[in-house]
Amino acid sequence: MNIDSIKNGIVLDHLTPGKGMEVYRLLGLDRLDCHIAIIKNAPSRKMGKKDIIKIADDIALDTEVLGYICPGATVNIIKDGKNVEKKKMSLPEKLVNVVTCHNPRCITTTEQELPQIFALTDHERAEYRCIYCETLAKN
Amino acid sequence: MRSVIDIKELSVSEIDELVSVAKDIIANPEKYAHKCEGKKLATLFFEPSTRTRLSFEAAMYELGGNVLSMASAASSSASKGESVADTAQVISCYADIIAMRHPKEGAPMVAAMNASIPVINAGDGGHNHPTQTLADLLTISREKGRFDNLTVGFCGDLKFGRTVHSLISAMERYEGVKFVLISPDELTVPDYVKRELDKKGIPYVETTDLTAVMPELDILYMTRVQQERFFNEEDYLRLRDSYILTPEKLENAKSDMIVMHPLPRVNEISVAVDRDPRACYFKQVLNGKYMRMALILKLLGL
Ligand SMILES: [Zn+2]
Repeated sequence: MNIDSIKNGIVLDHLTPGKGMEVYRLLGLDRLDCHIAIIKNAPSRKMGKKDIIKIADDIALDTEVLGYICPGATVNIIKDGKNVEKKKMSLPEKLVNVVTCHNPRCITTTEQELPQIFALTDHERAEYRCIYCETLAKN
Repeated sequence: MRSVIDIKELSVSEIDELVSVAKDIIANPEKYAHKCEGKKLATLFFEPSTRTRLSFEAAMYELGGNVLSMASAASSSASKGESVADTAQVISCYADIIAMRHPKEGAPMVAAMNASIPVINAGDGGHNHPTQTLADLLTISREKGRFDNLTVGFCGDLKFGRTVHSLISAMERYEGVKFVLISPDELTVPDYVKRELDKKGIPYVETTDLTAVMPELDILYMTRVQQERFFNEEDYLRLRDSYILTPEKLENAKSDMIVMHPLPRVNEISVAVDRDPRACYFKQVLNGKYMRMALILKLLGL
């Protein structure tokens, strides 16, 4: 399968296979009016398979959450057909409205307008806890 | 504006400072009798806890301040659907400091994020209760004269007992502290608490046998085993009764060991123990008031 390489834009590479659509929604790409390709299960030497998202537009994009959804993901900035910046994503300190707290005693269950915020509490174990009730995030 | 939601937010030196202010209040109450004149504490209790509310109110009155108290949760705006965030902003217009108790975990944190005055967490469900831990710490300091080099035993429900987890996280910061965790297998300390202790290299032992470890302890912290933690009554009754402290069990304890309990007790400490000079649980109640006084002063910058 051949998908045009882009001239100016962003390539989200090394996404965990099968996570492409989730990333698409979480980054709010579904609300953008630009040229986007989602490639699922592309062959990868390192990963066997991977998902890729190509955005053919020079937009400002907060990609922090990628480090949580797809550990090992890379963000590549393409300018004039050249990869000018390659960033390997690491675990973000905070997740806002990414995971939902499942503790029935948590304040977020009765006050649903509160943002769902989880903070990284154990780097080695990649553990996130609800900032309100400290319940562990479920994957 | 600084709030206190979780005991872990207070540093060792801040705790030392609160303890020394509390001791100064005990020694010189007249010096503090007018410190909070013109200041108002709002006690917002969204679930009943008369003893905690009275402790906060007594603390504020003894500092010469005033108290605004919500009549009851049922008649409050919360039952009309007002959010914690809105309530916090409204009360900020009337009071100088808030003490909040709420059945939902994290509610006082939401209040603190939205209030323009300090918020003290007076208990959020089974989650945090920092002023209880401050009461425990003042009791330890007054009775043992130190926080370091102590062997602290916790007995009863160590799985859900929030006072236990909070006191462990406060005490683990001191040199030479060792924990003895005494509970039935069903109610042991959660893994994440043990992982923290392992990571910091803090010694602890787990056991089901209270009598066997008694001679080692400098502090015995008893907790309530609550019926709602069990699926059937048989298990509850069996476990509850196996961890009752009696004068006989205290016979091989150190003569200067102290017995603590966050109260209210059900039957886990027999009434006969009350006469033992090592029983400190009623002193904890009084110490709770002094620490709340010290905390109010600190948060109001007085
Ligand atoms: Zn939560």
